[in-house]
Amino acid sequence: MFDIVSFIPRAVVQGIPLLLGSTGETLTEKSGNLNLGIPGIMYVGGISGVIGSFYYEAGKTAQDMNTALTILIPLGCCLLGSLLMGLLYCFLTVTLRANQNVTGLALTTFGVGFGNFFGGSLIKLSGSSLPSIIMTNTSNVFRRTLPFASKAGVFGKLFLNYGFLAYAAVAIALAAAYVLNHTRTGLHLRAVGESPNTADAAGINVSRYKYAATCIGAMIAGLGGLYYVMDYACGVWTNDAFGDRGWLAIALVIFTIWRPNVGVLASFLFGGLYILHMYIPSGMNLAVKELYKMAPYVVTIIVLVLSSMRNKRENQPPASLGLAYFREER
Amino acid sequence: MNNKTKTPLFHVSRRAALPWHKTWAIRGAALLLALVLSGIITSLVTGEDPFAVYGAIWKGSFGTTRKFWVLMQNIAMLLCVSLAVTPAFRMRCWNLGAEGQALIGGLASAACMITLADKLPNWAVILCMIVTSLLAGAIWAGIPAFFKAKFNTNETLFTLMMNYVATQLVAYYCVVWESPKGSGTIGIINPKTQIGWLPQFPSQKYLMNVVVVAVVCVLVYIYLNYSKHGYEIAVVGESERTARYVGIKVEKVIIRTMLLSGAICGLAGLLLVGSTNHTLTTTIVDGRGFTAVMVSWLAKFNPVWMILTSFLLVFLGRGAGEIATKFGLNRSFGDILTGIILFCIIGSEFFINYEIKLTRGAGKEG
Repeated sequence: MFDIVSFIPRAVVQGIPLLLGSTGETLTEKSGNLNLGIPGIMYVGGISGVIGSFYYEAGKTAQDMNTALTILIPLGCCLLGSLLMGLLYCFLTVTLRANQNVTGLALTTFGVGFGNFFGGSLIKLSGSSLPSIIMTNTSNVFRRTLPFASKAGVFGKLFLNYGFLAYAAVAIALAAAYVLNHTRTGLHLRAVGESPNTADAAGINVSRYKYAATCIGAMIAGLGGLYYVMDYACGVWTNDAFGDRGWLAIALVIFTIWRPNVGVLASFLFGGLYILHMYIPSGMNLAVKELYKMAPYVVTIIVLVLSSMRNKRENQPPASLGLAYFREER
Repeated sequence: MNNKTKTPLFHVSRRAALPWHKTWAIRGAALLLALVLSGIITSLVTGEDPFAVYGAIWKGSFGTTRKFWVLMQNIAMLLCVSLAVTPAFRMRCWNLGAEGQALIGGLASAACMITLADKLPNWAVILCMIVTSLLAGAIWAGIPAFFKAKFNTNETLFTLMMNYVATQLVAYYCVVWESPKGSGTIGIINPKTQIGWLPQFPSQKYLMNVVVVAVVCVLVYIYLNYSKHGYEIAVVGESERTARYVGIKVEKVIIRTMLLSGAICGLAGLLLVGSTNHTLTTTIVDGRGFTAVMVSWLAKFNPVWMILTSFLLVFLGRGAGEIATKFGLNRSFGDILTGIILFCIIGSEFFINYEIKLTRGAGKEG
């Protein structure tokens, strides 16, 4: 039987990291920066939060811990870590005008390595006696749901049963969509992504917009990594467990045709596609499950092809996506 | 918006071409900076003196004969994938799907090894492997190329997604062909009969790959620099409009170049499955498809310089691995060092392409 009531919450939980990642990447791409470092940034965001809470939680019991600090320390570390990654990307691509694809891929190599290195060596480096990185207490705070969620029946299960970061993710996505489409800042940002020459001529500070959008985007994406560790994985860091979700987030950007508000539902759909193989009865044939995991990517390719075939102007990638801007170049 | 006239501290302008020795001096300086940085970071983490660290890096690649040949093999494979992506890059067509194209090539050759083993003689199996793996790689690159040429679909994103389709396809066949049953992996294919194992030099297992890739390197160099096709690629890369104006069929060039790019990736897959590993896993390409992008770019898309850049990346990666083993750290430490080195070299390109003039005292707005 296909158990829809248990399927939807799991799809949502899978979708939230993707939603955060894709909202961040959409903001970044709107400024004309194709940041392929998002997978790395999400790793760094996750591990930075883990490092923060690891040192805070070390040797404390649940009673000793201040709830506000338990949330703020990992959150702050995560934002700082991903901000630094975003700044690095901007410095290389905007200030030094390096190739964005190469920089992004280098950032991913570095970020994934950074995550796995500290994930694998944190215990040894800190000289702690714990067997593995498990932050149950922090995770419990992150996973705390509204008190009446469990009493509200099916409604509670579907809508109220998530940690606060999940609601924050939806709010961030909606806010990003609002800023992009209904404010002057958003208009300027889109102008920078479509035609930096024109934007520059209109007196918009291109570099500042690129920096701001990319750094904020990186921080939002980093939160995706934090959500994954603290909420989805119950505070347990396992190397490479985050997997290819970063690339899936980039796929989601294309799938939503650069619209964060569409991303809310689309990310849940992707989350569903990601775990669909666990719910499809395939009998003894394990191999077919591997084919189901292909679904999000195939769907993205179809959307990419269809949107380029229809060639409607509002559905295209930002025109200067992937190109560095230099004022003196014609 | 901002009506104040302020004079920036410096003025950036594009440089005319630098003489080659200055270019390489800048890159050398960047590399040196990177080595110093990674030395400092390593000694901070391990508490060892930096020179012991550099010694360990050297030993990781040249410590024993075996290590040396593993180094050569890794350079050859990375170079092969880098050579594959280069024609497309010269055309400004960002093929980020080398990972998937090589994987699908490997899948094709594994399929031949498994299904044809008891039907055809060894030489025929190997012939089938060569043909199908090149074809499979070419098709995998040809699909995005077709849509790029026809509808201007973004090839960066398309090829990127094709990687994961390929990975899942391989994962599917890994379960279908698993041996022993239930392990979820294929294991060594035809271990007894050795059918489909590419011939190798009796003295050195890995020499064959090195020779094949060296030949491919020369061929790609000639193709790009001395053939009509290579010239067309260069023109399309510089300006699509110019290319159209002089009568080059841009669509045809895009598809043809991507097919070639995919076929060489398929060759890399063939070598990995048929010659090096004799098995197939989803991680057999090991991220080389992405590293190749950096190798090719660092060498300015020049096949000869790519030998050097792929050596550099493999050498440092293996060295960092050696450090990790020696000091009991996680192996991902190598990725961090690789990242730092890449950032330094990527950043140094700025100083090659642009020059900075101090404008203090000048009255003009910059």
